[in-house]
Amino acid sequence: MIKFFLMVNKQGQTRLSRYYEHVEINKRTILEAEVIKNCLSRSKDECSFIEYKDFKLVYRQYAALFIVVGIDQTENEMAVYELIHNFVEVLDKYFSRV
Amino acid sequence: MPAPIRLRELIRTIRTARTQAEEREMIQKECAAIRSSFREEDNTYRCRNVAKLLYMHMLGYPAHFGQLECLKLIASQKFTDKRIGYLGAMLLLDERQDVHLLMTNCIKNDLNHSTQYVQGLALCTLGCMGSSEMCRDLAGEVEKLLKTSNSYLRKKAALCAVHVIRKVPELMEMFLPATKNLLNEKNHGVLHTSVVLLTEMCERSPDMLAHFRKVGQLSSSQLVPQLVRILKNLIMSGYSPEHDVSGISDPFLQVRILRLLRILGRNDDDSSEAMNDILAQVATNTETSKNVGNAILYETVLTIMDIKSESGLRVLAINILGRFLLNNDKNIRYVALTSLLKTVQTDHNAVQRHRSTIVDCLKDLDVSIKRRAMELSFALVNGNNVRGMMKELLYFLDSCEPEFKADCASGIFLAAEKYAPSKRWHIDTIMRVLTTAGSYVRDDAVPNLIQLITNSVEMHAYTVQRLYKAILGDYSQQPLVQVASWCIGEYGDLLVSGQCEEEEPIQVTEDEVLDILESVLISNMSASVTRGYALTAIMKLSTRFTCTVNRIKKIVSIYGSSIDVELQQRAVEYNALFKKYDHMRPALLERMPVMEKVTTNGPAEIVQTNGETETAVLETKPPPSGLQPTNQANDLLDLLGGSDITPVIPTAPTSKPASAGGELLDLLGDLNLTGSPVSAPAPQIAQPPFLLDGLISQPLFNDIAAGIPSITAYNKNGLKIDFTFERSNTNPSVTVITIQASNSTELDMTDFVFQAAVPKTFQLQLLSPSSSVIPAFNSGTITQVIKVLNPQKQQLRMRIKLTYNHKGSAMQDLAEVNNFPPQSWQ
Repeated sequence: MIKFFLMVNKQGQTRLSRYYEHVEINKRTILEAEVIKNCLSRSKDECSFIEYKDFKLVYRQYAALFIVVGIDQTENEMAVYELIHNFVEVLDKYFSRV
Repeated sequence: MPAPIRLRELIRTIRTARTQAEEREMIQKECAAIRSSFREEDNTYRCRNVAKLLYMHMLGYPAHFGQLECLKLIASQKFTDKRIGYLGAMLLLDERQDVHLLMTNCIKNDLNHSTQYVQGLALCTLGCMGSSEMCRDLAGEVEKLLKTSNSYLRKKAALCAVHVIRKVPELMEMFLPATKNLLNEKNHGVLHTSVVLLTEMCERSPDMLAHFRKVGQLSSSQLVPQLVRILKNLIMSGYSPEHDVSGISDPFLQVRILRLLRILGRNDDDSSEAMNDILAQVATNTETSKNVGNAILYETVLTIMDIKSESGLRVLAINILGRFLLNNDKNIRYVALTSLLKTVQTDHNAVQRHRSTIVDCLKDLDVSIKRRAMELSFALVNGNNVRGMMKELLYFLDSCEPEFKADCASGIFLAAEKYAPSKRWHIDTIMRVLTTAGSYVRDDAVPNLIQLITNSVEMHAYTVQRLYKAILGDYSQQPLVQVASWCIGEYGDLLVSGQCEEEEPIQVTEDEVLDILESVLISNMSASVTRGYALTAIMKLSTRFTCTVNRIKKIVSIYGSSIDVELQQRAVEYNALFKKYDHMRPALLERMPVMEKVTTNGPAEIVQTNGETETAVLETKPPPSGLQPTNQANDLLDLLGGSDITPVIPTAPTSKPASAGGELLDLLGDLNLTGSPVSAPAPQIAQPPFLLDGLISQPLFNDIAAGIPSITAYNKNGLKIDFTFERSNTNPSVTVITIQASNSTELDMTDFVFQAAVPKTFQLQLLSPSSSVIPAFNSGTITQVIKVLNPQKQQLRMRIKLTYNHKGSAMQDLAEVNNFPPQSWQ
């Protein structure tokens, strides 16, 4: 199950966030900051799946923007990876010049 | 008041803020403007304001004052208003707010709206944040929409149904008839959501699962064949532009179907058989050049491993995983390692074939991959490859990140314990771990190691020599120093006599050994525990060394005034040993006997045969801090996992997890605290209390006050039962009764069961009997131990029930025992 979907830029500013489970509003900012810290510290050729607390993060970088999806154990990580790309393609088609 | 700014402008403004404080200021100003606008009940701009509010909420600022506004927007007739209103409801409202129930009526009306988009909005919102009450009210509407022919609505209704089922599982049956036709759709959206709905139903309820698997319906309407058919169409069909992702047709749907097949096929032969072909087809036909194909293959492999597939298919799956491992893409390797970890239990041999690749992954730069490779390596170690694997793992331990070191060290210890080819190799490996990752080793490893070292008797000299050399250079790694000081204390005589066969013996004098131990004591880097070890080691050496006893006496007396309470206590006791009890010193500080092998899990169990001696199977976890005089009564009774306690009042906290060993120690600790001479369990007193040493073959309850007369509790039909008593001098409320049952008839009594009951103010614990057969002619007895806790010092009374087989018939008798001597309970 997807727990949350985030779009965060390199400076740590959240551009989009959607939580599919209730998370307290102050905890959200902390979560986002930690998540982006984890993602930023990865190099280019490391794998896109990070284990964080009790779920996994699947992230993908597009220029200065990170899209991070938090999933639990039952989800296929690679399918989610594709989903992120699909999402970006949709945005691209819809809004042009993403 | 001027028109409120648009959302876009707001976003642009916020982005220009350069600091957090600036941003907060802007947002607060805007919030104030929005609030006043809400107060004015302005319909035209409400939607815009709420949109801005939602944006600010997403950035992390509180926005609860917008909740009611969302409701107003939902109630309006304009579509744009409704859209923002529902979005706001999804983001801001949930079950915890009472306001959400007001939405129920709106949603109900909108579910029956003429425009499908409005209906869609309502379905989305209900599916996102509907509470159980709302779901119950509106489930009927959702079910109706699930049956419409409009695919846009159908797919949304399916997802909403998933949420309803999650919230109110009882409503699952309501959706069952609608699911029959769901898979007949052409629209992929509907197909996808239907598969999700079916998956959810199958996961939640085993009845549903059985229903969907059922044979005996028309084959076209059965679920598994339907799914297989859909999957086949997806693979076989040519290029379809609307579902194509990098050359594969709707991979998301394929993955979902595979997952549902996995759930259906688990533990079910018929379904698994129906799926075999299609799984093989997917596995072979899918293109692996792109990530998409690999995602589908991954899911296929997981499914194959989970269902009862035939062996050819399983081999195919493992081969796919092997191919993944060799791929350059990190993601794929990670995924392969994860799945191999899952399958290593069942298909061990197949995974072994890929061992070298896995070991190579240990050297990868990526942290996630390294972790997986490490776990998998530990799972793959077996008797044959242990030397090679251990070499690799030790190398890994050297170079890995600190967060792995603890896990790796523990893993190495476990593997070494299970598969060590020789004792020397084992000790070498342990030494290597201690020296490279000494500070990361877990605390419970130290007693384990010590016990291991004691057991390899012939290696003592070698071990102590190596340990000595190891800490000569560097004594900062605590576990290493602890083990080393313990060994030096025990085997110091071997060290100075230079008797080592395995290695070149080194020349060490007694003074040098004391030097190193003293420096450990003095050093700032040593933890309190380590110092305790060192001090005790020095003390032990007083019997093993000949010329330096005075020096030892001096050291010990210095610490008699140490600030550390633990050290001070020990030093004072040892001082007392020197002064008043010097005659006992050699006996007390004797070499430790070989400790029995322990089990690391599970509570300590002591099987008593006749209440006098025991073979202890000890637990290795040391108690948190040395001497704690905890509640004695409960400790004593909780010591043992008393087996047959019927119909006895159960002992109070029976669920003390795995710390029974600790209480055992506390018992000893209490025996030793005063430092006064205790008769039999002598050699163990001076040892550090957090080693469970020397409890073997030592009488635990052989206490001093053993002068209580024994009684005959029962004597009838040739069966005689005697009670002998002991009082524990540590806990005056506990009486230990040993029963001896003897048989004076000419035939054996078999299946003998002794049960006892006591009045409510007492607590009773029955331990296992020595056997269940009493041989005839008084040629043998059954002994059993009963422990009675009598906190109120009332007169002991007991009712006993005896059942046994004698002369071919079952006998049973009840009796009351009242003749307990006063010394047994006063």
